[in-house]
Amino acid sequence: MSAMIADMQRAVVPATNKAIAPSRGGRPWTFYALSSLFALYVLALYGPMICIYILSFQDIRGGLVFPMKGHSLHWFVDLFTQVRTGDVKGSFDRSIKLAVIVTIITVVISFLAGLGFRRRFTGDAVVFYMMIGSLVAPGLVLGLGTGLLFQALGLNASWYTSALGAQLSWTLPFGVLVMFAVMSRYNRAWDEAAYDLGASRWQTIWLVIVPVLAPGIVAVALFGFTLSYDEFARSLQTAGSLNTLPLEIWSMTLNVTSPSLYALGTVTTIISFIVIGVSLGTIVLIQKKRGGQAKG
Amino acid sequence: MQSSQIAPRANLAGWLYVSPLVLVLVPFFVAPILVVLAASFFATDGFGGLTPGFTLSNYIEVLHSALTLKLYIATVKFTVLTWIFTLIIGFFVAYFLVFHVRNQLLAIGLFLLCTVPFWTSNIIRMISWIPLLGKEGLINQALLATGAIHQPLEVLLFSDLAVVIAYVHQLTIFMIVPIFNSMARIDKKLIEAAVDAGASRFDIMRLIVVPMSKSGIALGTIFVVSIVMGDFFVVKVMSGGGSASVVSAFYEDVGVLQYPTAAASAVLLTLVLIAIVSLILRTVDIRQEIAR
Repeated sequence: MSAMIADMQRAVVPATNKAIAPSRGGRPWTFYALSSLFALYVLALYGPMICIYILSFQDIRGGLVFPMKGHSLHWFVDLFTQVRTGDVKGSFDRSIKLAVIVTIITVVISFLAGLGFRRRFTGDAVVFYMMIGSLVAPGLVLGLGTGLLFQALGLNASWYTSALGAQLSWTLPFGVLVMFAVMSRYNRAWDEAAYDLGASRWQTIWLVIVPVLAPGIVAVALFGFTLSYDEFARSLQTAGSLNTLPLEIWSMTLNVTSPSLYALGTVTTIISFIVIGVSLGTIVLIQKKRGGQAKG
Repeated sequence: MQSSQIAPRANLAGWLYVSPLVLVLVPFFVAPILVVLAASFFATDGFGGLTPGFTLSNYIEVLHSALTLKLYIATVKFTVLTWIFTLIIGFFVAYFLVFHVRNQLLAIGLFLLCTVPFWTSNIIRMISWIPLLGKEGLINQALLATGAIHQPLEVLLFSDLAVVIAYVHQLTIFMIVPIFNSMARIDKKLIEAAVDAGASRFDIMRLIVVPMSKSGIALGTIFVVSIVMGDFFVVKVMSGGGSASVVSAFYEDVGVLQYPTAAASAVLLTLVLIAIVSLILRTVDIRQEIAR
């Protein structure tokens, strides 16, 4: 994941000539073979998703497979009005709120941890491997452990306590790993320069480090929001009595066999795409502004 | 490791910066794992109540049941198949983007195109195979129309095949990103030198590209293996209940409040995962790799 950010940053640096053997001059046969593979991959990646977006616009006769039966917004209305499909509106609301809280906490904690990990300190490996463990541990098992822990302590599991913590155990490792990649491109001499000019530690962080790392921080926020918004396995045993959106979708996959399921898929993907678009747009904008300043 | 050279002040500052991270990971990662570990030694009244104590009967039950072996075989089968396909597709997609796309901006655009679905819902991406693979799905319709088959294929959906398709669909991205990252760092001059020295395309692949993307492959493998082994919902939905993996059986156990046996099986799975991941980590310094 970290590569993405790194490469977006590389994008603004004038690209060195990449046209190097084995692909100089005429295209070798491997180019055509690999580009077909790539095209097929992208087709398989997006094709099925596009199918369900299309199918969610059927009218009342609609089924789960092609051919399309009419077109209307029936299933979207159905989604938000029918009781049978569950509390979609409420879970939607909760998921967005939870994702915003998770994003803020993830950004702050990942940023601080990124600062901490710039220097080696005694026991840093312990913290690092704890984080990797949290990343690779089966989500359902962790969720069950958290649920049992809350039960043992006599606390009520709910989406804003236990599920919040469980989701952070998933978003934080990603956030810190992205921060690692971003920090590795930060020159510590800039800190020294700021200190020499009389900046305090706090001013250095706020006026030098944060602006320089801004694109990376936006990327951490993107990870925090989308990973929380779509998080399922860890929330299952920890969300308490009120569902988040992925839990709602999960119960729908097991019960609902109408295009409302697809309609919900379409709605939630639109939200994801908006968040992705805004984040990537912000990163590009910051980079562009910087490029302009450097030239002017 | 180098504690003697690190000033106490630096230690304090380091720990202060990571303390919020530790304050989240201890209650929500370390403690839950310990709770599951403890629960695996408890007895149960069969109604979800746990009796603190120390018994190995849960482990004996898990290890003695023929089902356990079957679950592990199924899990390993899904893991290995998914790993092979994600590795092959991921490696060549990354190779294409790094070595064949000449325009840097285009390469980044195509790379982003591959990563965008990662930020959308896994469940939605999984169910989106239903209109394609179903008995009346697009693939069957197309095959029937061309006359290649006369009966709709039923193995497409709700089968092991569907499970592997869904995994590969979701997880190839976890291979592409780290492999792309390590390939992008290969100095292109090295390859030019190899060409000048008379290396064939296959030699370059075997002697330069593959060895130098090893760390990316290792990272991707950790992601894919740990996600497939820890997954339950793809197996449950895409197999139509026909197959089970270790964690999907865990899910059923939890559903009927069999916490101790579920916990024992989870502990065993975690041990297997730790073994695999540490084996992979021996070949690559992941921390240096990410920060490089």
